[in-house]
Amino acid sequence: MTVITYREALRQAIREALLRDERTFVMGEDVGHYGGSYAVTLGLLEEFGPERIRDTPLSESGFVGAGIGAALGGMRPIVEVMTVNFSLLALDQIMNNAASLLYMSGGQLNVPLVIRMATGAGRQVGAQHSHSLEGWLAHIPGLRLLAPATIEDARLMLWPALEDPDPVLIFEHAMLYNTEGELDDQPTAVDIESATVRRAGDDVTLVAYGGTLRTALDAATQLTQQGISAEVVDLRCLRPLDTPTILASVARTHRAVVVDEAWRSGSLSAEVAARVTESAFYDLDAPVARVCSNEVPMPYAKHLEDEVMPQAADVVNAVREMGA
Amino acid sequence: MSDRPAEAPVGPEPDAARHEHRVHLLNEMLRIRRFEERCVELYSREEIRGFLHLGIGEEACAVGVMEALTPEDAVVATYREHGHALARGLSMRETMAELQGKMEGCSRGRGGSMHLFDATRRFFGGNAIVAGGLPLAVGLALADHLQGRQRVTACFFGDGAVAEGEFHEAMNLAALWHLPVLFCCENNLYAMGTALRYTESETDLSLKASSYRIPSWEVDGMDVDAVEETARDAARAVREGGGPHFVEMRTYRFRSHSMYDPDRYRDKAEIAQWREKDPLTTLTARLSAEGLGDADVARLEAQVAAEVDDAVAFAEAGTDEPVEELERFVTSERTSERTAP
Repeated sequence: MTVITYREALRQAIREALLRDERTFVMGEDVGHYGGSYAVTLGLLEEFGPERIRDTPLSESGFVGAGIGAALGGMRPIVEVMTVNFSLLALDQIMNNAASLLYMSGGQLNVPLVIRMATGAGRQVGAQHSHSLEGWLAHIPGLRLLAPATIEDARLMLWPALEDPDPVLIFEHAMLYNTEGELDDQPTAVDIESATVRRAGDDVTLVAYGGTLRTALDAATQLTQQGISAEVVDLRCLRPLDTPTILASVARTHRAVVVDEAWRSGSLSAEVAARVTESAFYDLDAPVARVCSNEVPMPYAKHLEDEVMPQAADVVNAVREMGA
Repeated sequence: MSDRPAEAPVGPEPDAARHEHRVHLLNEMLRIRRFEERCVELYSREEIRGFLHLGIGEEACAVGVMEALTPEDAVVATYREHGHALARGLSMRETMAELQGKMEGCSRGRGGSMHLFDATRRFFGGNAIVAGGLPLAVGLALADHLQGRQRVTACFFGDGAVAEGEFHEAMNLAALWHLPVLFCCENNLYAMGTALRYTESETDLSLKASSYRIPSWEVDGMDVDAVEETARDAARAVREGGGPHFVEMRTYRFRSHSMYDPDRYRDKAEIAQWREKDPLTTLTARLSAEGLGDADVARLEAQVAAEVDDAVAFAEAGTDEPVEELERFVTSERTSERTAP
């Protein structure tokens, strides 16, 4: 076992892909000379050169579209969009080309593209740099969305994503880059389809992903002290959702709280809650609860940002209110 | 024209071969014209639905540029792309079947008029978001560059696209990375129903390309001979490592933007003036002067009419995709070998 950071795990994964498959290259803003705005690609330009570590202009639509074209042309691009906030500038390419070409062409043109982006709040960077828009992108058929929340997933999700013949979006929560964890020295494979139980429990299911996994695990620890055994399900793959794993957990615990850093209305938490209600209604001892961000543009001040974001205490309160 | 390579174009063909080649050009334009005229009839009979954007009047652009490409090159087109598809070699049958929403269509009836695709002919659509195809073309060219292939990606777009950010992003990327893209601007003077002069501070479009240090060429888009010659020169320059080139073809659509468009924004006199430059009429006259007889033209017309009839019959006999297959191809069906890292 070696202790590494989430950032290092991502870098190892990219480096391995570049060594393994010559069709792979990295493209994005500041990925080369700067070393990546979150330093994920630091050192890769020196090792692999400017053809494979390509700095782009600030043209999100242009270089995401170019990634799609390169994928059509036989490459396996890893496109870094600096943050989910800027992905809005590339949304047309993501939706109308990456996600639609296979269907529109009657099955002829698949787009084996990986787009990585940072997501989430927590660093006091204000309203335009703190979004959690995974739910918007999860709305789009044809995409696979991944949210690595652990060191292992950060290290191992990229390779199967590159092997996927269709576009895969990987969301890296900005608060995770500096987190450390143990990684097996002989990493094995992970799947990019299933949700997983990160902590077993009997009384309530906490459903979380990405940045909220830590929140849910902290809440579960606090709940133990109150005699409540919480199970924590990490969604991992946000589209397609692994509904059976969620339902199986709820069938055991009979209660569910969804923890989502996005705004509540029209969010991924709404989708999870709806699926539980549709398919596990008679398993439930209480209505599904949700802990989401307040529906405001993210304020700068620390105490206000903390108030907006889901905290472990909010999750604990939600569980207590269900009468678990 | 600016930045034209100093070398001469391919030497003159023997007269007979040259004449034959231009009869082929006429035939290609005639195929597109008669195909689209039949589309109008089928649309009024409700056998084609949705949006239908016709390129009648603009045939010389598609036909002339395609002559400069090889089968290994790539083509990215717009939603007004019937002509480009046919000129690229898609059969009239599969194209007409697509317009009629049949499973035998080139996109299985999933695409329709605006989304014609053919992977085997490297015809990448069929893009209905204005300028949305330009970044794709840059990426296809980047793939060729990275894999050391001497291919050209021809990217068609209209004058309306130059107002989009993606046009400028794609120009910059292609020039910055010296990629083999042949940008083919079909300037028909109107972005849907609004004239260029109402929307662009600079209406000389080749200047926009020049500002990215992309060699730009202007050509009469109603003259297929001129388009072919320019496209061949430009494509050769691209293929030989000259980076992206930009060809602006001045053209005109004789019909409205789409079947929904009442065409209130164009002067009838202007349309009549452009009709006098009909690329088919022009080329037919030139070939007649070289000895193409009325009987020869009639023979071409008869062949094309038969091909259109055959395509319509093929489409009408086509099958509806079973609704059970509705969700096929949202994601790929091929199972990739998953391996541990």
